[in-house]
Amino acid sequence: MIEQILITIATAATPLLIAAIGELVVERSGVLNLGVEGMMIMGAVTGFGVALTTGSPWLGVFAAILVGALFSLLFGFLTLTLVTNQVATGLALTLLGLGLSGMIGEAFVGQPGVKLAAIYIPGLTDIPFVGRLLFGQDPLFYVSILLTVGVAWFLFRTRAGLTLRSVGDNHGSAHALGINVIGIRYLAVMFGGACAGLAGAFLSLVYTTQWIENMSAGRGWIALALVVFASWRPLRVLAGAYLFGAVSIGQLHAQALGIGIPSQLLSALPYLATILVLVLISRNRRLTMINTPASLGRPFVPDR
Amino acid sequence: MSADTAAVNLLEVRGLTKIFGSLKACDAVDLTIRKGEIHALLGENGAGKSTLVKMLFGSLEPYSGEIRWNGQPVKIANPNAARKLGIGMVFQHFSLFEALSAAENIALSLDDQTPISTIAAKAQALSYSYGLPLDPYSLVGDLSVGERQRIEIIRCLLQTPDLIILDEPTSVLTPQEADKLFETLERLRAEGKSILYISHRLEEVKRMCDAATVMRHGKVVAHCDPRQETAASLARMMVGSEVHAVVRAPIEGIETAEALLEVRNLSRKPATPFSMPLKNISLNVRAGEVIGIAGVAGNGQGEFFEAVSGEAMQLEAGTVRIRGQDAGKLSITGRRLLGAAFVPEERLGHGAAPRMKLSENLFLSRYATDSKAFLGPGGVVKESAIDAATQRIVQEMDVRKSARDPEAAALSGGNLQKFIIGRELDRRPTVMVVNQPTWGVDAGAAAKIRQSLIELARSGSAVLVISQDLDELFEISDAISVMHNGELSRPLPRAEATLEKIGLLMGGAEPGHVDHGLESV
Amino acid sequence: MRIELVRRPQHSALFSALSPFIALGLTLVAGAIMFSVLGKNPVEALYYYFIDPLTGIWDPSNRWQLHELAIKAAPLILIAVGLSVCYLSNNWNIGAEGQFIAGAIVGSFIPVVFPGFHSWIVLPLMLILGMAGGAAYAAIPAFFKVRFNTNEILTSLMLVYVAQLFNDWLVRGIWRNPEGMSFPGTIRFSEWAILPQIWPDSGRAHWGFVFALVAAVVVWFMLSKTLKGFEVKVLGQSPRAGRFAGFSSGKVVFFAFLLSGALAGLAGISEVAGPIEHLNEKISIGYGFTAIIVAFLGRLNPLGIVAAGIILALTYLGGESAQIAIGVSDKAVRAFQGMLLFFVLACDTLIHYRIRFVGAPAMKAESGKAGTA
Repeated sequence: MIEQILITIATAATPLLIAAIGELVVERSGVLNLGVEGMMIMGAVTGFGVALTTGSPWLGVFAAILVGALFSLLFGFLTLTLVTNQVATGLALTLLGLGLSGMIGEAFVGQPGVKLAAIYIPGLTDIPFVGRLLFGQDPLFYVSILLTVGVAWFLFRTRAGLTLRSVGDNHGSAHALGINVIGIRYLAVMFGGACAGLAGAFLSLVYTTQWIENMSAGRGWIALALVVFASWRPLRVLAGAYLFGAVSIGQLHAQALGIGIPSQLLSALPYLATILVLVLISRNRRLTMINTPASLGRPFVPDR
Repeated sequence: MSADTAAVNLLEVRGLTKIFGSLKACDAVDLTIRKGEIHALLGENGAGKSTLVKMLFGSLEPYSGEIRWNGQPVKIANPNAARKLGIGMVFQHFSLFEALSAAENIALSLDDQTPISTIAAKAQALSYSYGLPLDPYSLVGDLSVGERQRIEIIRCLLQTPDLIILDEPTSVLTPQEADKLFETLERLRAEGKSILYISHRLEEVKRMCDAATVMRHGKVVAHCDPRQETAASLARMMVGSEVHAVVRAPIEGIETAEALLEVRNLSRKPATPFSMPLKNISLNVRAGEVIGIAGVAGNGQGEFFEAVSGEAMQLEAGTVRIRGQDAGKLSITGRRLLGAAFVPEERLGHGAAPRMKLSENLFLSRYATDSKAFLGPGGVVKESAIDAATQRIVQEMDVRKSARDPEAAALSGGNLQKFIIGRELDRRPTVMVVNQPTWGVDAGAAAKIRQSLIELARSGSAVLVISQDLDELFEISDAISVMHNGELSRPLPRAEATLEKIGLLMGGAEPGHVDHGLESV
Repeated sequence: MRIELVRRPQHSALFSALSPFIALGLTLVAGAIMFSVLGKNPVEALYYYFIDPLTGIWDPSNRWQLHELAIKAAPLILIAVGLSVCYLSNNWNIGAEGQFIAGAIVGSFIPVVFPGFHSWIVLPLMLILGMAGGAAYAAIPAFFKVRFNTNEILTSLMLVYVAQLFNDWLVRGIWRNPEGMSFPGTIRFSEWAILPQIWPDSGRAHWGFVFALVAAVVVWFMLSKTLKGFEVKVLGQSPRAGRFAGFSSGKVVFFAFLLSGALAGLAGISEVAGPIEHLNEKISIGYGFTAIIVAFLGRLNPLGIVAAGIILALTYLGGESAQIAIGVSDKAVRAFQGMLLFFVLACDTLIHYRIRFVGAPAMKAESGKAGTA
């Protein structure tokens, strides 16, 4: 029972974690992409559609990653090359993603999807209590953990990660030193888009295995909040994602138990929790001020 | 340096030109730097010095012209290419990252994959050998301006460059720190390195440089030997005409004059993680006098300005008094209504909104004090009255502009500063507080601004000038205080103040204070 | 080839005026491509989207369509006018959808809870309550922003989901019409609680459209002619200069959020008391989000927003008629709207920058006036 609950929590947390880790890299490079929700839903519809037509969930996953990255490129072109307002452009990406996905996905509504199967390692997966938790989850769960550790290592242990952080801290200085600010930001934005696409594929290939319009249901926004909550640190994103996973699974169980609280109000809990967490974390002004990448959201036009 | 070492030219620049829009920032510039010389690049703000060195460092792309390095024509596409050639640069506005450590900052400009710990050890060793001690693991955000410059210099030296470009390096240092820097530069010259030294401080150029190139309006106007010139003759070359010295009439009976601005035991906690607390500051500015506050950047001047102006209010009303009235709890608007006027350091984005028109920027600081003239019933803005006042100030301060009412960002630094100062002078304020009145301003505009501040004081107002430019303070102040580490020294009357004394105070030596001694520079 | 931006010394008045039109043109082209990909005749599709709903101008038998246009445009304009104040002051309220719902709920209180209260005062009370509800709901992110420095983008958006769920609970739960055959929704409002129609002879457009026009003119005057408007703009463009001017950023945060919340709330109650005539779970078709596009297409100028609101309303109506006439999915509308915002933002770059296309041999290719965009 407890193992089952932990696994469902992991299932709820994984898409948040993947999307948030991607956005963390984007924000560390000094770019605020509010289009996570839009890239995620595009990934969800692409993953679902490709898996449905080819029968291969893995092809769906790769297509979702590709579409997420391409979709983010749209954002990159506007904010990095044309220097548009990042907040407004991110919103535009979300609105466009929700609209396009609804149109593309119309044919998929009600169709049974293809599930990305959980892995099974004979012997290990069968270990009581921890076997399925550690060795029997869906492959993307392991991807999400590797991604988190990998990003942490990249950011704080490699020269390339240092360069990326420097661009987020002061793009003027980085440019003066000859660092290709815009090139690095393009790469970061595309990485974020790929992650959001992957998170979307998780929703439609693992979480529910069907296509429902707007099925991301604000998870892209919660992922954005997680990055703030984690004060731009990968391992704290992991903790935050599982905390949110626990809240959403908790409210689902409460609904199932029928404890007398209307289901809609329980469903609102993750959103209310997001607000609460944001308020708590931002109360500590010093903490947010020190950790926020100093160039976050600021326009950059190199002089040549 | 004697003639026998002057054999080969390290760098030759011929006809280098850079165009921004319709402005020729550099117009067919020629420059020759020999091996082992300190070469001064002189010119006013906006003469094109920074554009030139940015092209040499690969940050800007030349429009036309040739650069030869050791006799070979080269194309410097980016700063990495410049570093590979052996050109290093110490920026005026440091290119540092506050959230990273000193070692990480250094690592970013080294192209190889050397581990940070190795870089840190090397940097530390090098810093001690040049007498510029540095802790490689300290966070840049926590460091003073002088320490930040050390990181820039060490970073540059670690690349073992043959040519080091220094852009206005002494503008952020105390005179004693500057002396230390000169020693380092002379040692580098002795090691055979060449240095391109950008400055507008003519005394140091005369003292240290072997050759000089003078620029004006984007063109080279002279190549000369600064040791053969006088400061006045160099200044003439830079400005192109005689610079009118500021006239400071003596004041009499100042002892009995009324204190119009009084600061009493002002303390302030740091508002942000990187800002300086203010400690128990007291100061009087009397009718008729100009008081100057000297100090190295980042010692609390900005915080002090905010506290006096009311952008940051105090807990106790008596800490700031304007015209004898308690103003500590008043907002900036309330203090303006008492007759005070303020000019902050940052022109664009603080003193003026960059994308707003001049008339709107006039309204910005005067809608309350001139509400009768500028506002109608219901808060409706009277545009014609504001426009008339704008044109009056433009006339009075000789503000040059391309349109009748351009956006603030479209003006040059000097012209915008004349407008911002003029905007406040136009009110005939009783108390005027100015932070860095002439930084980045050309000599003509600077002289005009300084003269107008003195005249305001002599007409019976109290003027407080915060500046990092000691020459400026010596020119206009009747007494000079020094701000160091959030504390303010007792004002020294102009007659007693020497460069030496003020320099020591800027470095942290406060005679009479017992709580801290003389810090090592 | 690479693209370079060259900052204009002054913003371009020409492109300030032209950029929305260029964006519209590009959206039409992109839309035509989209319809072709969907296998529809693009000309026909665009006709149904943008011309067909306007035939009422010359054809009296289609005049009802203009009324429908006004019904769709009213909430868009009302919300976007409020958002323009927010965005000009750099307050990113993206939760207007939630404030719209909050206004609808609070405004519906009297006709739902006291259905027997019949008086001329019911309607004004409903409108006031609707505005108060929207404003109060918008005050939450404003309070968090001012008091705790909390990011208003995320909080205002999260509150949209909360409002939707709360409304869903109300209309399926304690406010459900017992005679509604298990359909979610409240009882139908009494005639005292219904907004009057403007010209009942030709269609059902109601006073909500008039409110929208009045709000646009009043806010336009406030923004362009008064000290308050100056304060909003300075703090938005240059917060530090705004503080130097003596303006309080906290007060302006509240001002912008309360104003936009009140207008969104008014839009919400007008929608419920107008065409829908009762509160149900799907009172909004995304007006709060589409209004963001309206605000930007109108270049954050309330008068421009009136035109932009009508254009976006056209896409809603056009989407319906294109679906009926040639079977284009109504989902295409939102994709269309999203594209429009993208193009609007991209074209706004032309206002402050010249765009220069730099070929591989970069030097000497251009002179000072090269590459005028």
